[in-house]
Amino acid sequence: MYPSDFRYTKDHEWLQVSGATGTIGITDYAQNALGDVVFVELPKVGAKLKAGEVFGTVESVKAVSEVFSPVAGEVTEVNSELTNRPEQINQDPHRSAWLVKLKMDNPQDAAKLMDAKAYQEYIAEKEKEQTA
Amino acid sequence: MNQQHSTTDIEATSNGIKKARGHVSQNEGLIFEKSVTGKRGIEFPPLDVPAVDPVKELGAEFSRGGVEGFPEVSEIEVIRHFTRLSTWNYAIDLGMYPLGSCTMKYNPRVNEFVARLDGLATEHPSQPDSVSQGCLRIMHDLEKCLLEITGMDGASLEPVAGAQGELTGLLLIRAYLESKGSARKKVLIPDSAHGTNPASVVISGYEVENIKSNERGQIDIAHFRQFVTEDVAALMITNPSTLGVYEENIAEIAAILHERGALLYMDGANMNALAGITRPGDFGVDVMHLNLHKTFSTPHGGGGPGAGPVLIKKILEPFLPVPVVREQNGKFTLDFNRPQSIGRVRAYCGNFGVLLRALAYTLAYGPGIRQATEDAVLNANYIRKHLENFYDLPYNLPSMHEVVFSDARQKKHGVNTMDIAKRLIDYGFHPYTTAFPLIVPGALMIEPTESESKEECDLFIDAMRAIAAEAETNPELVKTAPHATRVGRLDEVAAARRPILRWKPRQHLDTTPHKIVNTVVPTA
Amino acid sequence: MRYLPKSQSERREMLHAIGVKSIEGLFETIPAKYRLSDALKLPGPLSEMEIIDYFKARAAENSRGYTSFLGAGVYQHVRSVVTDALVQRGEFLTSYTPYQAEISQGTLQAIFEFQTLMSQLTSQEVANASMYDGSTALTESVLMAERLTRRHRVLVARTVHPEYRQVLATYAKHLGIEVEEFGFEPSGQIDAASIRADSWKEAAAIVVQSPNFFGVLESLGPIAETAHQHGALLIDCITEPLALGIVKPPEEADIVALEAQSFGVPPSYGGPYVGVIATRDKFVRQMPGRLAGETTDAAGRRGFCLTLATREQHIRREKATSNICTNEALYALVVTIHLCLLGKDGVRELAAQNLSKAHFARDVMKRIPGVTLPFSGKTFNEFVVEFPRPVKQINEKLLVEKIIGPLALDKYYPGQEKRGLMCATEVTPRAEIERLAAAVKKILQSGT
Repeated sequence: MYPSDFRYTKDHEWLQVSGATGTIGITDYAQNALGDVVFVELPKVGAKLKAGEVFGTVESVKAVSEVFSPVAGEVTEVNSELTNRPEQINQDPHRSAWLVKLKMDNPQDAAKLMDAKAYQEYIAEKEKEQTA
Repeated sequence: MNQQHSTTDIEATSNGIKKARGHVSQNEGLIFEKSVTGKRGIEFPPLDVPAVDPVKELGAEFSRGGVEGFPEVSEIEVIRHFTRLSTWNYAIDLGMYPLGSCTMKYNPRVNEFVARLDGLATEHPSQPDSVSQGCLRIMHDLEKCLLEITGMDGASLEPVAGAQGELTGLLLIRAYLESKGSARKKVLIPDSAHGTNPASVVISGYEVENIKSNERGQIDIAHFRQFVTEDVAALMITNPSTLGVYEENIAEIAAILHERGALLYMDGANMNALAGITRPGDFGVDVMHLNLHKTFSTPHGGGGPGAGPVLIKKILEPFLPVPVVREQNGKFTLDFNRPQSIGRVRAYCGNFGVLLRALAYTLAYGPGIRQATEDAVLNANYIRKHLENFYDLPYNLPSMHEVVFSDARQKKHGVNTMDIAKRLIDYGFHPYTTAFPLIVPGALMIEPTESESKEECDLFIDAMRAIAAEAETNPELVKTAPHATRVGRLDEVAAARRPILRWKPRQHLDTTPHKIVNTVVPTA
Repeated sequence: MRYLPKSQSERREMLHAIGVKSIEGLFETIPAKYRLSDALKLPGPLSEMEIIDYFKARAAENSRGYTSFLGAGVYQHVRSVVTDALVQRGEFLTSYTPYQAEISQGTLQAIFEFQTLMSQLTSQEVANASMYDGSTALTESVLMAERLTRRHRVLVARTVHPEYRQVLATYAKHLGIEVEEFGFEPSGQIDAASIRADSWKEAAAIVVQSPNFFGVLESLGPIAETAHQHGALLIDCITEPLALGIVKPPEEADIVALEAQSFGVPPSYGGPYVGVIATRDKFVRQMPGRLAGETTDAAGRRGFCLTLATREQHIRREKATSNICTNEALYALVVTIHLCLLGKDGVRELAAQNLSKAHFARDVMKRIPGVTLPFSGKTFNEFVVEFPRPVKQINEKLLVEKIIGPLALDKYYPGQEKRGLMCATEVTPRAEIERLAAAVKKILQSGT
């Protein structure tokens, strides 16, 4: 379910690093919590993001979620396909529904984030809290 | 989700429904789809001055040929169109409308009559005060009544809705604190608050700090004390809270704030639980707003208009929005000369037509307004008593004018608050408020108001009990409700993904002229 | 009490069922010292007949029997009994915001029709379900432009309704929006050339009104071009939308803020009215206010629901685009029904009648010795008149003749005490225009 070569944040973003390029999306857990996604707002190519900075929003019918950049970098590509087909986030959150690609300021930053195992434990804990 | 149910299915489930049965509902397309060139619905007297040719007078730069797309229909078609549309709505005039925090009470018809009188409906807001004495006196009389009911010292009738009242109140707080040296930074808001509160705080230039309610849904005094720093401008509180519970420590909360130079703002959305019983001005509130479309019976009209007058203690008086109604020797004037005023929040004097209706309501009751409050609280407690064995009560505290249950028991059968609400429609009621306040997961927020007879309350109780039983025996039936309406649950996801927000010729979901689907519902 | 559907014995029965001895038992959470022991000192209770008498007495203290030449943002126009009969149906009057779409299709479809009519009237792509009024719609338009451009200065023409500008100032003050005003030319049109290049640089929008507060039509094309060159939006404010029956619609504007009172809504001493924002499709997600959208149910039946609700305060809370929750649905319905009655021909004919009446009034006024028309721009149903004496003095004397004269402009424009804003619509009789002119002539001849 959660690709082992990704890194994850507590705000439910994922980051895939390839060289200096980081690809960012929201996790399956996040899309599930939001419900049917109806709209996505993404930054412009060239935008410079700090780690933890809001770079976009993902909306369902009844909720809005801000998306935070897991690492610092400059936006090199945005997934404009999502503007027309926001439902892709529900269908394929970890692959085709990536949000942005960054040229990372410092590719080593990724190591500070959770790996798949840690993230799965984290969300299991979250779910326990909610049913308690 | 399959929303198609066979006729027998619905009939079988309709037997227990006492308040309603189905009837024929007329189909009706959009008015634009009925338009035929050359028809019209109104005629005018002939011009009594020489006619000017618009194209010649305005020239090519400013002339317009006509409004493309405007409908062309006759008077009877307009009457039928909107009458048919009206029959698709539920309304207070049809039955109980138990929307928590909305106070859907009877809207007296005499209020509509007097609002339309020649000499009131016809008055222009810029006409001289000397020929507006009647309007000004109405505003003055209403202000006096509201001050007596709330125990406050002054008022502005200008805000046209609760949210605008909130903003006005916050700007008054800011202006007052600035005059004392510093506007401060933050406004505290309990987590049970209505969503407009934080939105208004931001527009007034303050930061929001949320404070958690304790396990009893109340503000924890010891905890609260730590929050009130030099940065805090005010606490914004709804009393009774959105749980329908009186904030027992409100006077102490006020004292803590005042000690540290901060003010207490009360959202008066729930004043229907207090009028004639207790007065916010007496228990320490510095500024508050009222929703005249709630407590004071002015009609909601499908989403407005409203009015949100702000009431204040003397210290805030210099800052009130312009203009303020003044009385001297029986003569009324509008006072614009107020150098410390926060300015205007709306053009003219606010929603005068709403203010007038609220005064008509207040005059009908007089001091007897207390009886209305008592009946509202009586109804809420009566319903609570008869449903508490069927629905989970997350905060077991004394209820005032509304009661908040949760769907915890029904959830075990996969039925949530929205499903129960939708099923209530089949039973002939408007749903209660769902999923609010946020501190109650799966909330059912029920506010009957004083306008419901014992008979109507009993029917509602029967319906809620029947649905609780259905949730156990036939959860699918509840989850796919409503079954007896013109349309089933609508595809809100499709509406939001590819919004269609206006009619356009031949670009429609269904055009020919509109899809006729059999919406006849079998009678019980 | 006639509004309360309970007998004393029913109340006792209900208290018994709850398990309390008396009604006081339900109010014990309120500390005793804050519970009122005496009855409130309120007038009443009044019967229905007494309430009617009270309000009739108030109506008699107002301007009944006077002829008014006031406009300035609020207009006297024909209203139809058809509209009033329909909006008084309880299903429209006494229903809530249509959150429960299945039993609110009447309100929702009417809102959808309203949105369509407003888009057609303004030649914009999309319009909202209405807002408080024109003044707050204008303020919200400016906040919208700020969000769209991420710039914080707004250039506002002094020919925009002064009270609208006051409302904008109140809101802007605490949101870090800088409002810069600019003037007008001898024609009465805006003087865009007076705006410094520096001011344009960080401008989110330029705000104009057409017809403007002096009744003069603005040439929007060139203003839009300049604004767009500087990366700013054009906001057009409209207080007299009936003009759009014959006047070119503001297609060039990026946002239109409109007051729709002219379409069947009574003046009612200032409200309730109907504000509207219309804009381009691409800006819709930054537009405040409710929206109804078309969709289907599972059986494929067409229906309408509120949509794009995530822009609103009950979801975004402190991140909402505005703190407004009500629209003015009932009065938007008045406008909808009124416009359906008028239809394509009616709205044009009515607008043309207004043009003719005001044209006539203008001619009659300018023939009075000493009276001039200071602005040369094209007008619709309002125009500014300059007298040789302060308007206030003239108006006092007109009141004796039961005439409410032109609005003295110095109320909003210091120094312009000799100028008055005058309006004539289809409901202003020719004989009354002539009576006004005769009275003014007499007053001016009589010296002081």
